[in-house]
Amino acid sequence: MTLILKNVTLNVGVNTHIYPSDLELRDTGFNILLGTTLAGKTTLMQIMAGLIKPTTGEIWFGGRNVTGTSVQKRNVSMVHQQFINYPNMNVFENIASPLRVIGMSKAEVTRQVESIAEILKMTPMLGRKPAELSGGQQQRTALARALVKRADLVLLDEPLANLDFKLREELREELPKMFENRGCCVVYATTEPMEALLLGGHTACLNEGRITQFGRTGKIYREPENLKTAQVFSDPPINTAPVTKQDNRIILNDKVNWILDKDLHKMADGPYILGIRPHHILPFETDGKSAQIDGKILVTELSGSESTIHFNMDGLSWVSQASGIHAFDRETINSFYIQTDKCLYFDNNEQLVRA
Amino acid sequence: MAAKIKNQKAWFFVMPVVLLVAFNAVIPLMTVVNYSVQETFGNNLFFWQGIGWFEQVLNSERFQSSLGRQIVFTSIILAIEIPLGIAIALAMPRKGVGVSVCLVLMALPLLIPWNVVGSMWNIFALPEIGLLGKALNSLGFDYNFTRQPLSAWFTVILMDVWHWTSLVVLLAYAGLCSIPDAYYQAARIDGASRWAIFRFIQLPKMKRVLTIAVLLRFMDSFMIYTEPFVLTGGGPGNTTTFLSIDLVKTALGQFDLGPAAAMSLIYFLIVLLVSWVFYTLMMKDEVE
Amino acid sequence: MAHITLQDLKHSYNERPEDDDDWALKHLSFECEDGGAYALLGPSGCGKTTLLNIISGLLIPTEGRVLFDGKDVTGLMPDQRNIAQVFQFPVVYDTMSVYDNLAFPLRNRGLAGEAVDQRVRQIAAMIDLTDTLHQRAAGLSADGKQKISLGRGLVRADVNVIMFDEPLTVIDPHLKWQLRSKLKELHQQVGTTMIYVTHDQTEALTFADKVVVMYDGAVVQIGTPVELFEKPQHTFVGHFIGSPGMNILSCELDNGKPVLAGEVISANPIKQTPPTGTNLEIGIRPEFIHFAKSGLAVKIVRTSDAGHFSIVETLHKDQSIKLLVPEGAEIPTENAFIEFDKAHTQIYADSQIIT
Repeated sequence: MTLILKNVTLNVGVNTHIYPSDLELRDTGFNILLGTTLAGKTTLMQIMAGLIKPTTGEIWFGGRNVTGTSVQKRNVSMVHQQFINYPNMNVFENIASPLRVIGMSKAEVTRQVESIAEILKMTPMLGRKPAELSGGQQQRTALARALVKRADLVLLDEPLANLDFKLREELREELPKMFENRGCCVVYATTEPMEALLLGGHTACLNEGRITQFGRTGKIYREPENLKTAQVFSDPPINTAPVTKQDNRIILNDKVNWILDKDLHKMADGPYILGIRPHHILPFETDGKSAQIDGKILVTELSGSESTIHFNMDGLSWVSQASGIHAFDRETINSFYIQTDKCLYFDNNEQLVRA
Repeated sequence: MAAKIKNQKAWFFVMPVVLLVAFNAVIPLMTVVNYSVQETFGNNLFFWQGIGWFEQVLNSERFQSSLGRQIVFTSIILAIEIPLGIAIALAMPRKGVGVSVCLVLMALPLLIPWNVVGSMWNIFALPEIGLLGKALNSLGFDYNFTRQPLSAWFTVILMDVWHWTSLVVLLAYAGLCSIPDAYYQAARIDGASRWAIFRFIQLPKMKRVLTIAVLLRFMDSFMIYTEPFVLTGGGPGNTTTFLSIDLVKTALGQFDLGPAAAMSLIYFLIVLLVSWVFYTLMMKDEVE
Repeated sequence: MAHITLQDLKHSYNERPEDDDDWALKHLSFECEDGGAYALLGPSGCGKTTLLNIISGLLIPTEGRVLFDGKDVTGLMPDQRNIAQVFQFPVVYDTMSVYDNLAFPLRNRGLAGEAVDQRVRQIAAMIDLTDTLHQRAAGLSADGKQKISLGRGLVRADVNVIMFDEPLTVIDPHLKWQLRSKLKELHQQVGTTMIYVTHDQTEALTFADKVVVMYDGAVVQIGTPVELFEKPQHTFVGHFIGSPGMNILSCELDNGKPVLAGEVISANPIKQTPPTGTNLEIGIRPEFIHFAKSGLAVKIVRTSDAGHFSIVETLHKDQSIKLLVPEGAEIPTENAFIEFDKAHTQIYADSQIIT
């Protein structure tokens, strides 16, 4: 079923928590809410669930206006960042609890719980209490409860945030498979751009209570409509600098300038903001078009697979990220190459300049 | 998130509480206000009196001296019970079997009804046969709480400390237990002294519970009635006649309903005002 | 600053440890050189926090010794060891200003006046807290508070070692970057020995010069990030480090050459032929596999777009093999051939490397 928010806002007292928002979330693939802490992800989810009534606007679900409908009547399930399970029930009872509420027969409950436990690899743990489980297993139990309920709307609020790095990777891979072909609308909140990318589907970028952009995840990553979206959807943070456009050239400073791509020639002359992602500035020359800049090395981080080089360019702190091993000493001056065909330009209103 | 919910059913669930509060607080309070501005001679005859009763009560020496006694009593109680309670809480074990033993011992005085406490101490302190009275006298102190004001005060205060310090201990202990280990570890690493740990970690982290403890002890001790009434009956003379004892004497002993009503309103306002000022001050620079 | 030696450490939280599982640390020895940046990396429950507490003196090991510059400190309290520690959740003295927080460890050690003032200001400048020196510490954000915790360690000029216990747990992702590279930069500036405990490989690899990988109470490998990445000594390290982790494929040996489901693979030469009956595996990182005209025939299962690269999941017979493909490179849709980079193909016998 499709979830539609029409011009939804939320004011609490004099503060605006959610600015007018329109969204259309489908039941195929994940719908991701990406934004930093306090961007409004959880609030928006609570509005979707019916836990909070929006100040204005309407919520339509499956072709029905559900704005005033209470959460109990909506068939929603939610999984939180904290592992929330009934501590005095074992895993089986935990998973079975939503089925018992609707009065399903014993045999049917057993069948359903066992099939979900199978999918989530929890079968050997069914007899244990939550306190005897690892964090990953506790969160699997919570996910199983959300799945078994066969809710029409599943809200996942940073479900992996409290897990170990490797467990996060493992569950992140499994999550899309769990919800495949279930016909429910899945909304997933995260602060991490990489998580959004790997989960795919559609993404809504949130910043301070505003949806800055909504669209296919890969598309809004590559073509952010505005600077805020580019900043929210970039890890490590996107590098920015003021530049000037003049006669088909982009001028970064007295020494560095480059020719604009043909399709951007009609851009008016004047000041712009340059946005360039860290892996589009490399510490070595590549085949494509590039502009050379000099940077003073602040710190180099090597992970074996990637090198992250923090450097200072004309008083701006920039980051370059390249695969492989590239070590530099502190305080030395090195050349970096901006891949000019990957540059994004934003106008005075922080909107992307398009061809 | 205080979103407006227009579900009328909610009233249904709130009604019992509304009724309870009405019968319990609002209606009696309004009755008292009613009495405090009128003169009555019984037979439901009322005459408008204005603020006359208030003036009379405030100017009466009897009220002033019992208010004075009350303030001194409450100050002594707070000055003893709060530090003592913190000290005991600090000395209590944090884990092991000792915890439950201590907690049960601490909770015991709180489980005893007020009038029983009064009677217990009455017998306990009798100079001829009571353990305390006898012991003090045989140690050479001239102790008799029914005759000497000083002995009476000593007994009343000791009784209240015995009865209520546990409450402060339990609250302070709960506050102490909620401090994460990391704070103590960080302090050890920073080379902090025992006093510095108390001053900069334990005390600030206990601030909220201690505020509650002070408020509860202030209100309770300011309104104390049963125990001193059972123990000393307000005497010898009027030396342990606190505000509430005085109030009951005025209202039920002399049936001066008007002055008694005015007095209880003044009493109520003092408690309210002091509590509010204290709470506001304590919470003023609270972050979050 | 100090050279730290850990000698034959064992620790158990049980008073009378009986079987192997009772030991949180199972016999472990290693040395931290003076001025090094170390990371203890492992999943939760691997014993890394136990080890950290033993080094800092919050725990006394059941067996073994801890030496600082050759001096036995095993029985000394934390304040006698002259160490500093930054905890998972920020610890600040709420009622004090930022300035007093930083001055606290110095004042406790009897310093006063000018000496304290100078040191506090110097450290505050290093960790960018100069502007907030006179604010109340309780009012700062999580990353500000963590900086204070760190600063309290840095102010003491004679501190032996600064320990970090998952210090970025409560920090927002976009600030994690800044704080992490700040830590590394500070280490290079002050040269104090630092030990950093985490489950997050990115943090460990980018911060440390040497990473100690732990699993189940034991050290699996100690090495530089590059060594851990390129030549994991144990399949656990291969899997745990790198995202996604190393492909571990069961194989056989034929004349010293690994055979993967009937096809001979060229790999690093084997140093010692393992006895028959050992469990043999090929280890190859997704970064070191690429599509080719000929080679191992695979079926493409799934492609996930991760921005500047894609993770391609393939199936060779019944073994899953993952590849990392850089952004822009062509990805076949159904059937393809892949090739392993010979220099990075390792062979493991019973999980230990033999190449």
